[in-house]
Amino acid sequence: MTVRVGHTAEKPAFPILAHELLQDDQTRRNVRHATNVIRNKRALRVEEMPDWQDLRTTAHAIKTHTLLHLPHYLEEFERNCIRAGGQVHWARDADEANTIAIQLIQQAAARQSGVKGHAQPSDRPSSPYPSVPAHAEVIKVKTMTSDEIGMNHALEQRGITPWETDLADMIVQMGKDEPSHIVVPALHKNRHQVRELFLQNMGLTELGTEAEDLTGAARHYLRKKFLEVGIGISGANFAIAETGSVCVVESEGNGRMCVTMPKTLITLIGIEKVIPKFDDLEVFLQLLPRSATGERMNPYNSIWTGVTHGDGPQEFHVILLDNGRTRMMANVRERETLNCIRCGACLNQCPVYRETGGHAYGSIYSGPIGAILSPQLNGMKYSRSLPYASSLCGACYEVCPVKINIPETLIHLRGKIVEQDQNTLAGKLSQESMGMKMAAHLFEHPKQYEAAQRLARTGQGLFEKDGKLVNLPGMAAGWTQYRDLRALPKQSFREWWKRSRTNRGDGSNWSGND
Amino acid sequence: MRIHLFIACYNDTLFPRTGMAVVNLLERLGHEVVFPTSQTCCGQMHYNTGYHAEALPIVQKLLHEFLDAETIVVPSASCVAMMRDHYELMAHNANDLHMMGDVKSFLPRVFEFSELITDKLGLTDVGAYFPHRVTYHPSCHSLRLLNVGDRPMRLLQGVEGLEYTPMEGSDQCCGFGGTFAVKNAEVSSAMLADKIGCVKKSNAEFVAALDNSCLMQIDGGLHREMGSRDRIRPVHLAEILNSTRDNPLTAEALAWEGATA
Amino acid sequence: MTDDARFTVLDTIRRQLAADPDVETLIDDSPEEAYARIPRTYQRTAKLNHEETLELFYDRLRDYDSELVFTNEAGIANAVADAMREANETLLLVPAGVPQEWLPQHDVEVRRDFDLPLQPLEEPRVVLTPCTVAIAMSGTIILEHGDGQGRRAATLLPDHHICVLWRDQVVETIAEALQRITHRTSPITTIAGPSATSDIEMTRIRGVHGPRRLTAIIL
Repeated sequence: MTVRVGHTAEKPAFPILAHELLQDDQTRRNVRHATNVIRNKRALRVEEMPDWQDLRTTAHAIKTHTLLHLPHYLEEFERNCIRAGGQVHWARDADEANTIAIQLIQQAAARQSGVKGHAQPSDRPSSPYPSVPAHAEVIKVKTMTSDEIGMNHALEQRGITPWETDLADMIVQMGKDEPSHIVVPALHKNRHQVRELFLQNMGLTELGTEAEDLTGAARHYLRKKFLEVGIGISGANFAIAETGSVCVVESEGNGRMCVTMPKTLITLIGIEKVIPKFDDLEVFLQLLPRSATGERMNPYNSIWTGVTHGDGPQEFHVILLDNGRTRMMANVRERETLNCIRCGACLNQCPVYRETGGHAYGSIYSGPIGAILSPQLNGMKYSRSLPYASSLCGACYEVCPVKINIPETLIHLRGKIVEQDQNTLAGKLSQESMGMKMAAHLFEHPKQYEAAQRLARTGQGLFEKDGKLVNLPGMAAGWTQYRDLRALPKQSFREWWKRSRTNRGDGSNWSGND
Repeated sequence: MRIHLFIACYNDTLFPRTGMAVVNLLERLGHEVVFPTSQTCCGQMHYNTGYHAEALPIVQKLLHEFLDAETIVVPSASCVAMMRDHYELMAHNANDLHMMGDVKSFLPRVFEFSELITDKLGLTDVGAYFPHRVTYHPSCHSLRLLNVGDRPMRLLQGVEGLEYTPMEGSDQCCGFGGTFAVKNAEVSSAMLADKIGCVKKSNAEFVAALDNSCLMQIDGGLHREMGSRDRIRPVHLAEILNSTRDNPLTAEALAWEGATA
Repeated sequence: MTDDARFTVLDTIRRQLAADPDVETLIDDSPEEAYARIPRTYQRTAKLNHEETLELFYDRLRDYDSELVFTNEAGIANAVADAMREANETLLLVPAGVPQEWLPQHDVEVRRDFDLPLQPLEEPRVVLTPCTVAIAMSGTIILEHGDGQGRRAATLLPDHHICVLWRDQVVETIAEALQRITHRTSPITTIAGPSATSDIEMTRIRGVHGPRRLTAIIL
């Protein structure tokens, strides 16, 4: 099994990516503007809910409960979905999911175009799959899960053209770019940049510059696709075990189009998306729109179960995806990460994300949730710099609708990373490791600790100038590159205490235990 | 009351003035202060950076040192947050029932500085005098983990002559974050730039906080920008509360150059 | 192949849960019992009286720039005719189960959705349906799709949706609304205002896909 999480395996560490992005004033302005807007809207919507904390508590409890009984609920969902005419497939990793999707698409495309009379030979002479038309097409509604497994690339390699239909994902696709935010993936582009992309890609000769003009162009361009393309791909926000239903939460209407108009629908669902009962929607549909876009309710929610005669796709497939999620089931902090309903509120609140934007995280899952989800899906093999891309301020935890304790999880993951590193020679001998071990030793031996304090004060003479320390070596250089560091005071607190107190024989506690 | 002081390693080494202020203030209010001199660190730096095994003996040592303390004051919200959020977890993960017992007995006796004054001593007016414009930076640990609420504000309001001016974006992190400040120094300083912008806009003469770590970050940025010129001075709340008519705290005393303390 | 995957995924989850020493204290024997113990202290019933609920609902609809028409059952056909005239439209799509009495007798060509193929389905720019329930708190209308409220495409392709609503179909909270949904495995669509996007510079633009206009005929 090979888990793949977007391009995380190839991306440099956070500090390196952040360095580039901190110079990018345009992106920083866009990020700041976008996060300010959503953050303020969210705050208003939350303020009017006296039972907001109650909703969060229940949501957390529902998710915790579901994950503790996940096999039960996955089986229940599968049973009910099949009973209603759906077909359920399971995928252990990204490649397996893509392979299943490609097979289903090829079969559907062949059926839809009729089996006779096309010129394209099958690429494998003994292939059990019928020949497909030269260009099988699919329309897609936003799903981060498909980005996670690299679905578009996998489809394109097999001659299938995926058309993104979410405005932002369309912009990202046209720009051959990467999403930079969970909910507003193209926030790194302004409208002039978008207009350029539309002119190039939609075959237009002219186009206004206002957001309305651009949106109107998208509506017109996409309508044709919605009516003509026979295969749709979606994700899901919730998979309801009790009824075997799937729920897609959206604003633009392309979701409704993609799950209604095509003859064949394939829905990719991470196994953590399942919730026990239909009524549980009353909790999540209050938390998600307010957290994600600062609305009381988002424009459209589509809920469907299996296949309905005379309405929508007559062939419906669910692909249940693992891709690293089962790795996260053996520990409370790790399971809790799977509570995530992809609202993006943590991104909007995060003071680190606010400075760098999403691309700094090198993962489609960015911001605070990305910092814990990305490395864990990867089995702590990639995205290892992300748990340190945080000052542990806790703003994310405050706004998380499903109460994921992100700061605690970051610390938990830092523990895992240090443990891994300590098992390598390079890790054990790193400057940080040696420094930490030395510091620990001093903290355990008060007399040596005091000696080190005195030594530092003596030694700082080399670096001191006008009351501040300059050109410090090693890790401390990170501080003085951007900030001044005050010289150590002439006496430590304990020296002052001893000088001014011990004479008075106040019985202060000298345990002398080193 | 007999109050034990846990000074916090970085206060001990870098901000002894804060410890002195705590001691002087509590004694002036008629209490006895005890300082177990073998104390060193609460374990936060190691624990938060992921060195959990190394943090454990540091924590066990501290628990042992404060076994008999009835009341413990800590002028560092981040250390108290470390204790309340992680000590039980550490005992649980270490499968150490004895340590768990020590932790459970320890935690109710610990007070962050502002909590001690308002909750344990029941005071908001400690007879302080500080006729200056002061703004307040709520450190993330005190704001979100300890939920100190309006305690610091009530204490500032109890200071004679003090004029409080609010700060925009006060709940945004200053960017210190422990080892984050050096491991992600560039982002840390970008966050600091935002915070300094808000600090300056407040038009205050002093910015107070419950944590010298934040103040060190803010002061480091301000000093880099403005040096020793007349500027806003970061100062721990305890030092403001320790300022009296007889012994007022001055900006000069907080200057970097020619510091005597 | 997918059977292997199914087994592996479920088996891995079970083994992982079994490997967590803390899980024993958390897992009960019966998921049903554990589910029933989930705390639910959020609002699940109405706090407002019905008049207040209706006022709130009308306010929300107006926020979405929806048109509100108040009439009685006998007045529906006229209200529909008025709305069509105002919109400068003459072709109206209706689901198979919509009562004849609702339909204008003059000036409007009615197209019944008896399993229409795509082209005739796609042509009308106005559609008329009832709904199942509406939520006042968020201004949401909920459709259970079928003969009565039409298949999903019928309320998706046209540009103008005329929805007939009885006052007693309006409830305050989503919890109450979900209780009114009886055909839970029918396709269901919730509609709260026209579609929108903020993807371009965070400027909220209305009407990307789906009907851009809603006329609510309230009885």
